[in-house]
Amino acid sequence: MRLSAKARENIAGWLFVAPVIVILGLFMLLPILMAMWVSLTGWNGQGSPFKSGVPFVGFDNYARLFTEEGLTRQDFMTSVRNNIYYVGIVVPVQTVLALGLALVVNSRMLKGKGFFRAAFFFPSVTSSVAISVVFLFIFASSGAVNNLLAFFGIQGPQWFADARGILHLALGGLGLVDVDNPPAWLTGGGPFGLSWWEWLAGPSVAMSTIMLLVIWTTSGTFMLMFLAALQDIPVTLEEASMLDGAGRWKRLRYVTLPMLKPTLFLVLTMGIIATWQVFDQVYVMSQGAPGKTTLTPAYLSYTQAFDNFEYGTGTAISFVLFAIIVLFTIVQRWLLRERNA
Amino acid sequence: MATVRADHGARTVASTFVGYFILIFFALVFIYPFVIQLSASFKTEPNAALNPLNPVPDPFVTDAYHKVFLSTDMPLWLGNSLIVTIAITLGRVLLDSMAGYALARLRFRGRKALFSAVIAILAVPGVVLFIPKFLVLKQFGMYDTYTALILPIIADAGGVFIMKQFFESIPRSVEEAARIDGAGTWRTFWSVVLPMGRPALITLTIISFQSSWNELPHSLVAVQSPDLYTLPRGLAVLVSGSLGSGNQYPLKLGAAVLATIPVAIIFVVFQRYFVRGANEGADK
Repeated sequence: MRLSAKARENIAGWLFVAPVIVILGLFMLLPILMAMWVSLTGWNGQGSPFKSGVPFVGFDNYARLFTEEGLTRQDFMTSVRNNIYYVGIVVPVQTVLALGLALVVNSRMLKGKGFFRAAFFFPSVTSSVAISVVFLFIFASSGAVNNLLAFFGIQGPQWFADARGILHLALGGLGLVDVDNPPAWLTGGGPFGLSWWEWLAGPSVAMSTIMLLVIWTTSGTFMLMFLAALQDIPVTLEEASMLDGAGRWKRLRYVTLPMLKPTLFLVLTMGIIATWQVFDQVYVMSQGAPGKTTLTPAYLSYTQAFDNFEYGTGTAISFVLFAIIVLFTIVQRWLLRERNA
Repeated sequence: MATVRADHGARTVASTFVGYFILIFFALVFIYPFVIQLSASFKTEPNAALNPLNPVPDPFVTDAYHKVFLSTDMPLWLGNSLIVTIAITLGRVLLDSMAGYALARLRFRGRKALFSAVIAILAVPGVVLFIPKFLVLKQFGMYDTYTALILPIIADAGGVFIMKQFFESIPRSVEEAARIDGAGTWRTFWSVVLPMGRPALITLTIISFQSSWNELPHSLVAVQSPDLYTLPRGLAVLVSGSLGSGNQYPLKLGAAVLATIPVAIIFVVFQRYFVRGANEGADK
């Protein structure tokens, strides 16, 4: 029996996509469903999580992150605080840096475009582990950065051992609060088991080195995206605005930036999604230390599962992280949309 | 009029100067850490600690590399990384382009729904999958094997997306000529469509190689025995493990250099494909 051409194309189509469907189904979709179940249990990693002996705890694992007082909530909220500061600083800085570099590289008067583009992009293709090793060396207490600072007469900190929050340091430096003796109305209480004083710590000195590292590695990729968008802007448009007598800043503000809006939107979205997932650098450089100030939800979820064998809590954290990422993306989309109108 | 023009000329010179200053300053910031890394790996330990900024190793020694190869598991890590990276890269290039071709060209029931599923999977953040992947690998009895290192990431939604976009951009006429000559779907794909897809295939090869060569988290959840460590995993252990026993920076930096070299070579040779890869990511 001969099949019709249509039936044959149907079969061929399914055969062509079958391997990818099987792989993505077995190792992306199925795991998520299994993990949803595990996040509702107290499984300790022994045997199968689907056996009858595994205790079903409902939403306890989630409750321990938000409402139940204890070490788990303390750690989780600390990790969320650290990551909020991390996202809030890394995303804007890397976006502005990437845009700035793209504008300079794109300028028609300068030569050596290819070289500079390659130089800025290279860090982002290399291994995050290898780069982390390099930064451990550069920021060591008698390392390159502190040597450079000493040259200007500044004594650099012990970067990776310094748990002091930057915002605390700034407030103390301005004389607004006494860092060793913070005011009682700040230490007295606060949301989710952390005091207001702890929420307002800012990123620690140690976390700042990880932020610098990430800004340094990812700006290159985003610069390329801006560069591609800049090259799509028709030259005639710029020339027309020049003839109209628009100065450089006006041209940037009213011609270039509006044309870059879609790319800007994309860079911000990708930046937010990536920064909420910071893991490799924490794993290699600090393991959450000092004083849990480099703990992030991604790293905490990993250690809860693989070091403390609390798989339920670990998976619950990863689903909360998923929700946070979705929420942030939606909010950012909404904010930018408002301004478009 | 003349003064206006002279003024304009002076401003152009000034802004060219400022432009170059910015570019050179940032080029140093982005490249000098690699210079420091490379030179420190050829320094003696005291010298690396005393003169971290100096780009010239004096005396020039290769002790670090001897030690990396003789007293760590570097040869094993390199071997494992090569096996895993090559398997994943070949797998992704073949499977992603098959799926991308089917989604772009073949009319079959469920195609639209499948493509939406691919997009949905692209949106799932990787860290959410750490523990879930471990659970599945345990359940299937694959945990702590080469299969666990390779199979779960041998196809990826991003690659399917790139290939689908590419196949949609090439003209149909060539395939149709092959069809009329009586070639089946597989023949058409293998000997007509794929050869035309060279630029996209090279891009996909490069980003697959780079991402699987650098991959750390998947190794953490897929294997535990030191015999199966890939280079990033071994390097991470080397760094955290020797914290107590002195700094040994030349050794660690030398190992990091070895982890960087393959990608660096590919970057220099195929830079424009990397650029294309970064921008394909932008189209998602």
